[in-house]
Amino acid sequence: MSSVNATFKPKSKLISKGDRMVPIVFGLLIAFFAILCLTPFLLVITASLTDEATLIRTGYRLFPEKWSLDAYKAIFRSDTIPRAYGVSIFVTLVGTALSMLTTAMCGYAISCKQLKYRNSLAFFFYFTMLFSGGLVPTYILITRYLHLANSIWVYIIPSLINPWNMFLLRNFFNDIPDALKESARLEGANEWLIMLIIVLPISLPAIATVSLFYAPGYWNAWVEAMLYIDNEKLFTLQYIIMRIIRNINTATQIAGEGASAGTVLPPSYTIRLATAIVTIGPIIFLYPFLQKYFVGGLKVGGVKG
Amino acid sequence: MSEKSFSRKKSGFLVEIKKNFWLYMLAVPAILLTLLFKYIPMVGILIAFQDFNPIKGIFGSTFVAFENFFYFFRGSQWLQITVNTLWLNVLFIVTGTIAAIALAIMLVELGKNLFVRFNQSVMIFPNFISWAVIAMFAQAFVGSDGGYINRWIAMLGGSPISFYSEPGVWPLIFVIIRIWKGAGFGAIIYMAAIVGIDTGIYEAARIDGASRMQMIFRITIPLLKTTVILLTILSVGSIFYGDFGMIYTLIGDNAILFPTTDVIDTYVFRSIRTSGSMGMSAAVGLYQSLIGFVLVIVTNKLAKKYSPESAIF
Repeated sequence: MSSVNATFKPKSKLISKGDRMVPIVFGLLIAFFAILCLTPFLLVITASLTDEATLIRTGYRLFPEKWSLDAYKAIFRSDTIPRAYGVSIFVTLVGTALSMLTTAMCGYAISCKQLKYRNSLAFFFYFTMLFSGGLVPTYILITRYLHLANSIWVYIIPSLINPWNMFLLRNFFNDIPDALKESARLEGANEWLIMLIIVLPISLPAIATVSLFYAPGYWNAWVEAMLYIDNEKLFTLQYIIMRIIRNINTATQIAGEGASAGTVLPPSYTIRLATAIVTIGPIIFLYPFLQKYFVGGLKVGGVKG
Repeated sequence: MSEKSFSRKKSGFLVEIKKNFWLYMLAVPAILLTLLFKYIPMVGILIAFQDFNPIKGIFGSTFVAFENFFYFFRGSQWLQITVNTLWLNVLFIVTGTIAAIALAIMLVELGKNLFVRFNQSVMIFPNFISWAVIAMFAQAFVGSDGGYINRWIAMLGGSPISFYSEPGVWPLIFVIIRIWKGAGFGAIIYMAAIVGIDTGIYEAARIDGASRMQMIFRITIPLLKTTVILLTILSVGSIFYGDFGMIYTLIGDNAILFPTTDVIDTYVFRSIRTSGSMGMSAAVGLYQSLIGFVLVIVTNKLAKKYSPESAIF
């Protein structure tokens, strides 16, 4: 802190000038970071629209010599990717909805002050963030005892509850004035009704935010596919990408060995970039709807309510 | 405990459940799911002390005491993967926190307008991109044949770097990718905390003639302490868990990069795949859990002492 003192004392003589510079500098830095965030998308989109042979010859370029839609055509002609899209959408929608249901119900319960064991319950959930049985026992439980392998529910059921998200919701519920609930209680409403009619509607910002924490987890799931799914029809989009990454590595090697063949190239190189872009699609559409709730819905806190 | 007090306690429990029956019912699905998928696998910790045989099961396999642990700690790699895991996580926590706070302060300082909203939306976006897609992006950037970065280096007259055989650069690449992916999103939590600061404090500082930068360094950053400590305690709990999703997708089985990138989780994953030694993997898992647990207890104790409001429990 002393160095900060030393730096800022001389400046305090020029308060107004320094203060006028602050928004300009900050604005520039923010814009710079935002551009950095966008650049990879632009570069990969143009690369995916490059003609396969051009991409291999000239490498990645922002303005390719020859444009081509072949990769996207190939993607949508294939069976694999549209089907994986369906799996991913199902897992994301159903998973997020069920997660929100179970999390909000429990989060509301442990936000109620009259619940004597609410802090013990909170700790019961928190403990699982600290300590876990690990991958091997979970794998054995899911495959041998629950027989969830090769079922689409393996993406959803084991990951329904995230304690951290539950605490975010609980903290939001905590701030709802008791008077609101009390008046409903006097009217004779029970706790479930109070939750449905009073608490959930005014907690929409928090619910939107926490949904946004759950949804990408489901959309981006691939480890489950690798561990539990053999049936190709149940692969998620992300797992397809993982497989493409792995396969192209071998494919590139083989192409390197037999480079003189000179046949027409299938768009195997651009197709993986195009697949990556295609998987991002739905997020872009979902995003503006939820974005407005971002800041309002969040409050971090400890385990105790 | 005397029998009388025990029975009173028990009936107190039942009375409480009866009184708030419907509220407890709301928590039941979450409790059952957590018991099933989080607590029951903890029984599997026994595997760590067994020569585990999937056919004989957890209760039929031979008990070998600490043999699995000895096997892991006798190996040449445990120290390196432990150091890598810790070092990378510390690097991620520190750089991630600084980047998120810097963004949050700048965004709040700029007020609410279209420019801020637009830029904030843009910088939150990468958070939703999966590691698989990011791995693909990474190849487009740092790929040795025709990747963007090597083309830029070539344009500036430098000699190309073959990133995928250069272990030294990967911690830096990880940090850059994580900031790219997570800083904008991480800023949200800090923005919420900054917005929550009593504006009266800033008003008073302004009247005393403080500049905006002084307010940032003397008011905003010190008042973010609670949030920073709280989030740090949370991440300390997983400091012994490598980010498998990131590292496995970016590095895969590229052994040249292992000296700086191999973490406990990728090591365990490989050893399950190659040797099928579930006992050793479970032993390593236990080692991670226990140390993470101890670290959280210690940091929480420290937090309680120095900044009580940010202690987690």
